[in-house]
Amino acid sequence: MPEPVIELDAIGREFPADPPVRALSEVCLRVERSDYLAVVGPSGSGKSTLLNVLGLLDTPTSGSYRLDGVETTTLGDGARTRLRGSRIGFVFQSFHLLAHRSVVENVMLAELYGGQPRRGRRERALAALDRVGLGHRVGFRPDRLSGGERQRAAIARALLGEPSLLLCDEPTGNLDSRNTDAVLDLFDELRGQGLTIVVITHETEVSGRAARRARIVDGLLVEE
Amino acid sequence: MDVRDLTNEAMAGMLARPVRSALTTLGTVLGITTLVITLGVAATAGNQIVGRFDELTATAVTIEVPQDDEPLVAWDSLADVTRLRGVSSAAALAESKEGANQIVRSNDLIDPARVTGQTLNVVAASPGLPEAARGRMVQGRFFDSGHLARRDKVVVLGQQAARMLGITRLDRAPAVFIGEHAYTVIGVLGDLRRERDLGTAVIVPPTIGQRFGLRHVTRVLVNTALGAAELIARQAPAALSPGNQDMLQVIAQASPTRARDGVQSDVNALFLILGLVSLLVGAVGIANVTLVTVMERTAEIGLRRALGAARRHIAAQFLLESTLIGLTGGVIGTSLGVVAVVGVSAAKEWTPVLDVRLAVAAPVAGALVGLLAGLYPALRAARMEPVDALR
Repeated sequence: MPEPVIELDAIGREFPADPPVRALSEVCLRVERSDYLAVVGPSGSGKSTLLNVLGLLDTPTSGSYRLDGVETTTLGDGARTRLRGSRIGFVFQSFHLLAHRSVVENVMLAELYGGQPRRGRRERALAALDRVGLGHRVGFRPDRLSGGERQRAAIARALLGEPSLLLCDEPTGNLDSRNTDAVLDLFDELRGQGLTIVVITHETEVSGRAARRARIVDGLLVEE
Repeated sequence: MDVRDLTNEAMAGMLARPVRSALTTLGTVLGITTLVITLGVAATAGNQIVGRFDELTATAVTIEVPQDDEPLVAWDSLADVTRLRGVSSAAALAESKEGANQIVRSNDLIDPARVTGQTLNVVAASPGLPEAARGRMVQGRFFDSGHLARRDKVVVLGQQAARMLGITRLDRAPAVFIGEHAYTVIGVLGDLRRERDLGTAVIVPPTIGQRFGLRHVTRVLVNTALGAAELIARQAPAALSPGNQDMLQVIAQASPTRARDGVQSDVNALFLILGLVSLLVGAVGIANVTLVTVMERTAEIGLRRALGAARRHIAAQFLLESTLIGLTGGVIGTSLGVVAVVGVSAAKEWTPVLDVRLAVAAPVAGALVGLLAGLYPALRAARMEPVDALR
């Protein structure tokens, strides 16, 4: 049996304060390959902290997190950064596209730090853009795209480098319903191609499309 | 991370806000321009002044002998100067008030229709004068030690003096009358490059100069090898007049290198400080703007960290951006400075002198300013936690 993509075991995250704030407590989670998981919860419930831990942007204070079978809690800053760059594709609510670069240049950014060869980078970026249905917008500046197109460009960037995990933070938070549908259709399609997707959201429309749902309240994660 | 990618990102970051980047370079541009103009104009001006130190003045030493009852310098002590290493020629001269106003005629006839007598300066000189005064014998010859030993009544005329007296040829051994006595003209001395006033003088051997009050040496002309003037200026008085060397006045040009150094250090000091202050202000400007840029681009930094950028990648990108801004300022400043130096030279009709090392070093200095100015902002950018940067 292959290793699960995500294996959280009794993860806790405390923030130093008086008294200490427990953002996550005893979180256990297992996400298999080509799973599609939605994490829902009200604001302040620990959603963002969970996302940061899953995305290796933050280290938990207790417990163990194995990504593709690699124990991450003991890794140093550099090793975690490399692992993050190679295994995780991020999709943010506010897209985080560089305004002064064309769509294809924004997508190419994803390969900048991973040590992939420069040769063929543009072709790979164009292929990723084709995959999200944005092949006709490659030379555009992000500010000339619609919200849905921007998010698809950001997803194309996340897909470059074949990550094990697509980690989405409120991916439809800035989109209208039509664009939301388009992005969710894209997620279904990508999952059908075998990609593992974790979406953090507070929108029921988004979580309703996912195969699994987990709710987080006061730092406790409960699968529904 | 590939260096080309890093450069690409830094260039894109710089060009994303072209107006801001251009304004940021201004301080560096001003500083580098000032430095290049200062150094360039100083070198150019220094070269012009050095250009005037030609071989003649750089090798000429004149020793003035104050008059006393006892001779301070004997006529035959000239040999002791000629003996010195580095002396190429030397001659002694005697001038006196009495000798300066002698009526000289070229014949004994008194013609009331024209002025036959000329008031000319009669000087005594040692036989080495034509060489020491850097002249040549236009006609005839100069007197030698033989004439001195025989106490011959011969004179040599300066070129203008000969013209005034109407003496054009020497083949009939013309004579001039100084006072009551006749003297044979044996040569005409012309094309003088030192002591040009000898052109209107009547030059007599020291042995007969005493009649005109020309007893003691009043001046010694020395020519030296190139570069030996300073040394000879120190040694000659002792050789001429042992024991009395402090009473002799030596006139020699300061050496060219010292003159150039003096000029440069005078011009440079103030403007160099000005340029360095401008550079400092430029550096502060770059640091300030880069810091603002880092704060503005927090989200971008967060994104890059999420995409796998290590802290050193972030630091390198911002450092390279500020270095490129400094380099751009340096290149523009150097160009403006070079143009200004050429312009100043053209206006003053000088030959512009530009050190190639300066043209290379100035942009590098600009880049260095940018690098130093970017250190702190880059450190701030690298220290950002991705979680905070993405929030």
